[in-house]
Amino acid sequence: MKLQIKYDINIACKVILKEQLDLLGIPYQETGLGEIMVNGTFTPEQYKELELSIGKYGIELIDDPKNSIVQKIKEVIIELVFKEDKLPESKISAYIAEKMNLNYGYISRLFSEITYTHLENFIILQRIERAKQLIIEENMSLTEVAWKLNYSSTAHLSSQFKKTTGLTPTQFQRIIQKRKNLVLS
Amino acid sequence: MEDNVLHILLADDDADDRLFFKDAMEEIKIMTNVSFVNDGLQLMNYLNQPDIKLPHVVFLDLNMPIKSGMECLKEIRGNDCLRDLTIVIYSTSGSEKDIEDAFVYGANIYIKKPNDFSKLKATLVQVINRNWQYHTLGLKRENFLFSINESNV
Repeated sequence: MKLQIKYDINIACKVILKEQLDLLGIPYQETGLGEIMVNGTFTPEQYKELELSIGKYGIELIDDPKNSIVQKIKEVIIELVFKEDKLPESKISAYIAEKMNLNYGYISRLFSEITYTHLENFIILQRIERAKQLIIEENMSLTEVAWKLNYSSTAHLSSQFKKTTGLTPTQFQRIIQKRKNLVLS
Repeated sequence: MEDNVLHILLADDDADDRLFFKDAMEEIKIMTNVSFVNDGLQLMNYLNQPDIKLPHVVFLDLNMPIKSGMECLKEIRGNDCLRDLTIVIYSTSGSEKDIEDAFVYGANIYIKKPNDFSKLKATLVQVINRNWQYHTLGLKRENFLFSINESNV
């Protein structure tokens, strides 16, 4: 037996969305075709859950909320690198995954997708940024900086510094000092 | 969206280098809008136009006729309206003295011009990403120094 079916995709999508959002307990309003307004903000977990639950119907979330997760990832890293007195001995990846309550693989993929840069590079950049600050503003020696930022050795810090900035820590220090003298003279 | 486009200005007197740069920019994923000036005087006249929408990043060749890149750099850093521009020195010289001087006088990035097209693309992507990071993360601009050559692309 063959049945003829007529369907309205718009209605189908709306119903699926409603079911899934209700299921996840997310209050929302429809604001137009292909757009809904969520009351409040998403946690990264909620976002991921929603993405999975509607994904199987071929419905995708686009862009913006991902940006806010990426923003959160950045905040977690900056907080860790700049606010903590000393970086933890444990792996930074484990720390981030725990703070975000998401799988590190997912975090890292999402980060690359949105920023076109690797999360690892971002972390290195932040650590080196912090190293610069400690060298210049707090006059710390490389040994102290390496310890504080949990580098295995000063050589490791120096080589990562050089790789990231193209300058050695000593060159960097000299340039900043010369700049200061220039302003004063 | 207009806001997502990165406005770039290249000051270089070598027509081949300008073309090479433009082609590389067109091949990278990031949306850019590239303008050109041919020497230092043109550059300063361009930047000093009243009501002009300033570029986000200026690529500056050190070795230019009429007014050198170094003179432009000093003028730009001495001008309050232009102080926040990201300045990228784009030069054939890889001498340590040139690099250090450029940074001392306020350059943010120093590129030793690669002569291989794929390396140039990789370099430009790195430069743009780094600049974007400094912008969006509120990193300290005074500490924004980045020297890039064939070895750390």
